[in-house]
Amino acid sequence: MLIYGTALLGGCLLGGRLAGAWLARQVGVAGDVGGVGIAMLLLVATTALLRRSGRLDAQTTTGIGYWGGIYIPIVVAMAATLDVRAALGGGVVAAVAAGAVVAAAFCLVPVIVRIGGRLPGRDGETA
Amino acid sequence: MTLDPAAFKPLTDVLAAEGLVTALVLVGMITWGAEAVARHLLRGRVPGSVVAILAGLALAWWGGTVSGGTRGAAGIPWLAGLGLLGGATLRDLAIVATAFGIRPAELAGAGAAGVVGLITGLVVAFALGGVSAYACGYRDPVAVTTIAAGAATYIVGPVTGSALGAGADVIAVAFAAGVIKAILVMLLTPLVARSIGLDNPRAAAVYGGLMGTNSGVVGGLAATDPALVPYGALTATFYTGLGCLVGPSIVHGVVRLLLG
Repeated sequence: MLIYGTALLGGCLLGGRLAGAWLARQVGVAGDVGGVGIAMLLLVATTALLRRSGRLDAQTTTGIGYWGGIYIPIVVAMAATLDVRAALGGGVVAAVAAGAVVAAAFCLVPVIVRIGGRLPGRDGETA
Repeated sequence: MTLDPAAFKPLTDVLAAEGLVTALVLVGMITWGAEAVARHLLRGRVPGSVVAILAGLALAWWGGTVSGGTRGAAGIPWLAGLGLLGGATLRDLAIVATAFGIRPAELAGAGAAGVVGLITGLVVAFALGGVSAYACGYRDPVAVTTIAAGAATYIVGPVTGSALGAGADVIAVAFAAGVIKAILVMLLTPLVARSIGLDNPRAAAVYGGLMGTNSGVVGGLAATDPALVPYGALTATFYTGLGCLVGPSIVHGVVRLLLG
C-alpha cells in the first residue's frame, strides 16, 4: 500500500524531529539540532531492515519515492518565498561575507575529500 | 500594469482558496518553461532546475516588491500557497525521502569526511563572516558575531542576533548574508562541480557540511546530480543546529576576546 511508505517516511521525520528537539534541550538551545539528519538515518536503517526481510514492496517504495522526486519543485517554491528584496538591499557587507564564505568553502571541498585516503567506488554495493 | 484588479477577483479568489494546488500548478508551469528555456535557448549548458530556481527567485523579488512583505511571492494572497509547498514541513519530508537513495555502505565512507567538512565549514563561515563585518567597519562584538552567524545560514544569523540582543538592522544584514549565500550556492554549484570533484557521495557529504545552507545545498546538488542530494543534505542538516549552538556562545566569546 502506498500509504505504508508515506507513513513510514512521516514516522521517520517525526522521530528525527523528536530526537533533534531532545538533543537541543540537552545542550540548551531553542529548536532542533539535526532532526532532519537523524530522520534520514532512521529512514535508511528502517528501509534496509524491511528490504532484508522482503517486506518492502513496490507500492511502499512508491509511497516514499514520490516525495523524494518532488523535492526540486519544492525547492523552486521555497526560492519563490525567500526575501530576495532584503537580500539585495542588505548592502555590501552581506554580499562580501556571503561571497567570501562560499568561495572558500568551494575551494575546500577537494582538500577535505582527500583527507582519509582514497575515494570509495560508487559501484561498491557490498555490506 | 494598470489593469483593474477587481476584474480578476473571481480568479484570484479561487487561486487563493486552493493555495497549495495553485502552487503545484504554478511550479509545474515554471519547471516546464525552465526546461524549455534550458534546452532550446541555452542549448543544455545550464540545467533546467537552475533556470527554474532563478525563475523562483525572480518571482520572489517581484512578489516581495508588489506586496511589500518579507515572504517573497507568498506575500501575495493568491500565491500564498507557495509558502505551503516551499515551507519547512514539505521541504523536510522531501529531503528525508531523498535518503531512500542512500546506500548504507556509501554512508559509512561519506560519514567521517562529512563531519570534518561540517566542522571546517562552520569555522570558515564564522571566521570569514566576522572578518568581512570588521572590514566593513563593524566594531561592536554583538554586531560582528551576528553578521558572522548570518554567513553561516539565514537561520543561524537571526537566531544568534536575537539571542545576543542585536539591533533589527544588524539582524537584517545577517539574514541578507545568509540568503545571498544560499542563492550563490544554488547557482554556482552546477558550474563548479566538475572542477572541485563533486561527483561522488563522499564529496557530496563534505560539500554539504562545508556549505551548510540547506536550501543552497539541496538546490545546487539537484541541478548537479540528483543522486548526490541525500549525501549533501544529510551533513548540511546538522550545520544550522550546530551553528545556532556555537554562535551565541563560543563564537560570541571569541569575538569579544578579539575586539576587547
